[in-house]
Amino acid sequence: MSRHEMSRHKITGDGTIQLGHGSGGVLTRELIRDVFLARFDNPALAPLMDSALVKIGGSEVAFTTDAYVVKPLEFPGGDIGTLAVCGTINDLAVMGAQPVALSCAVIMQEGLEIELVERITQSMQRAAAGAGVPIVTGDTKVVERASCDGLFITTAGLGVFDGPDRPRGTLRDGDAVIVSGALGDHGTAVLVAREGLKIASSVESDCAALNGLVEALRPFFSGIRIMRDPTRGGLATTLNEFVEGAAGVGIVLREGDVPLSDGVAAICELLGLDPLYIANEGKLVLVCDAAVAGKVVAAMRAHPLGARACAVGTVTPTYPGRVCLETTVGGLRVVDMLVADQLPRIC
Amino acid sequence: MDVPDGFRDREVVQALARRIDATARRIGAGPAGRTLTFMEVCGTHTMAMHRFGLHALLPDGVRLLSGPGCPVCVTPNRLVDTAIAYARLNDVTLMTFGDMLKVPGSTSSLSAEKSRGRDVRLVYSPTDAVEVARANPERRIVFFAIGFETTTPTCAAAVLAAREAALENFFVVSAGKLLPPALEALATGEVRIDGFVCPGHVSVVTGFGIYRDVVEKHHIPCVITGFEPVDMLKAVLMLTEQVAAGEARIENEYNRVVRPEGNPIAQQVMAEVFVPVDSEWRGIGMIPASGLAVREVFSAHDALRQLPVEVEPPREHKGCICGAVLRGARTPLECTLFATACTPAYPVGACMVSSEGTCAAYYKYGKDRPHVAPRNVAP
Repeated sequence: MSRHEMSRHKITGDGTIQLGHGSGGVLTRELIRDVFLARFDNPALAPLMDSALVKIGGSEVAFTTDAYVVKPLEFPGGDIGTLAVCGTINDLAVMGAQPVALSCAVIMQEGLEIELVERITQSMQRAAAGAGVPIVTGDTKVVERASCDGLFITTAGLGVFDGPDRPRGTLRDGDAVIVSGALGDHGTAVLVAREGLKIASSVESDCAALNGLVEALRPFFSGIRIMRDPTRGGLATTLNEFVEGAAGVGIVLREGDVPLSDGVAAICELLGLDPLYIANEGKLVLVCDAAVAGKVVAAMRAHPLGARACAVGTVTPTYPGRVCLETTVGGLRVVDMLVADQLPRIC
Repeated sequence: MDVPDGFRDREVVQALARRIDATARRIGAGPAGRTLTFMEVCGTHTMAMHRFGLHALLPDGVRLLSGPGCPVCVTPNRLVDTAIAYARLNDVTLMTFGDMLKVPGSTSSLSAEKSRGRDVRLVYSPTDAVEVARANPERRIVFFAIGFETTTPTCAAAVLAAREAALENFFVVSAGKLLPPALEALATGEVRIDGFVCPGHVSVVTGFGIYRDVVEKHHIPCVITGFEPVDMLKAVLMLTEQVAAGEARIENEYNRVVRPEGNPIAQQVMAEVFVPVDSEWRGIGMIPASGLAVREVFSAHDALRQLPVEVEPPREHKGCICGAVLRGARTPLECTLFATACTPAYPVGACMVSSEGTCAAYYKYGKDRPHVAPRNVAP
């Protein structure tokens, strides 16, 4: 038994799945590494990217799947259906692929109102049509009451590549880190809705399909090293994943440049949450050659989903393997990977 | 809500750091001289220092130690085990603040009990637990009430609300703690403390009086302050200046919020429901009159009186030095478990669990200052 396995047993007593295993942070990664990757390992899975690259005949396609279990099912700015479509499209788009088709599997609990299912399905249709990606196959299952929390959706997607260029470079000293807009809207909107916090909030989820925004960046693909949509675990976790595989470099973020909406900033202050760890569902983060950074930001800003795009950090050899933050007051701290879901402070 | 930008002004913060350095040097504190040791006794201050990277701005001759200011951290194993024992009762819903769920007790945690199907829920406010009691008359709601003077008035208000509504199914496990006895213990402890950075939140409730003994009996300066970078460094400067002048006074940097008399209504509510009793602090031991028990008159809502429960014998975790960390006697970096066997993902000690815990802050924000340590490679 490895040392961390022993530690795990110390906490749970019997090595059971905890909610933290689904947070997208360290526990999720360990679960994937120790349980799933250990058994399923193959060259397409091993990189653990948002989509797998699979050869079909002579051409390469991007293939991805994702499950959606958000609570509540409907929240300000979206619902589980919109998320299920946009999230899978985004996992294809950030690989530089053009999404062409989606599947959807819906697991419903007995007693669920059909009207709610219709609303969610309508959202899926609207999101898919808006992104130009049809849902071409699916499945439905109904389970007993209390077997699932209302409704779960799993979507899978296929994407193709148009031309040889796609982001797959390695991070280099001086590269720019760019985000497409204000962070934390989705996670904050869901938190407020889920917990029924008595906070007057105008924050809405940012969930959106990013394939159009990515298309606008296609001319710069040769200068873009890596792209992701920073969902669970937020920007902090995504950037930690970037530097984990990068030899000899880290990232320094500039706190003052990280865009936040007023509502997200206020709620984070109030509850003691760090917006860098809060989930997004319609944002792009990328690392690119400093030489094209200005053009990438300009191209993003010309697209409706990238209006607040800006550079927020730099790749540097000073802190290898680390993401650090230059705080607004001139301090410096580490920004580590998310461990488990953030909880509001006690006092 | 406005984020107070003025209290995060880079120029002001840098200027304060320079003034701290100059004042410290004037009295021989610096790289080759003595070190002034101040202690922040509030977990939110600990997190603010790390979150804004302020340790990196303090000069060599001034260090800020974290004290026992996190209610999750100072709650002893015996009480965590008691809460776990309640959670294991079939008709009990155990409710508490979020971080408490993850604290390892002797053999389990509330989070582990929850994953096994026990009804364990987190609350954002103690009054939420009262609402759950009202809506679920067939269940017994046990609220695990941890906290200092900051949160205790709301716990007291919850008990009052339960009595007002004649709820027979609402109980609290009172694990509240009082700050002044802990300050006394620290002032006479093994670490020489040159000044206390005093918690703004607690002081809002208590007022200045609680610091009088520390200042007068022990000649240790106290500065009450807020949680913004300017607040924190200004407090450190004010303490450094007091030391330089050979003085020990109570100063209030947080006068935009804290009044000398505190909040009399909150004090009155707290005193109506709770009574001070001797209490065990993790790592410090028993401190006289430092805890809060439910008064006899409210015993109908006192879980410890009404719901006798068998609690497993407490077992401490070998190698964990949370106790010494809470006293300021050791830093997390001196713990052999830190960042190896004990991480936020797999915490051994309470200080690694709580978001306000010293070990969690060290781990999350860089493990050391101002140098940023290389990534810890998981075993």
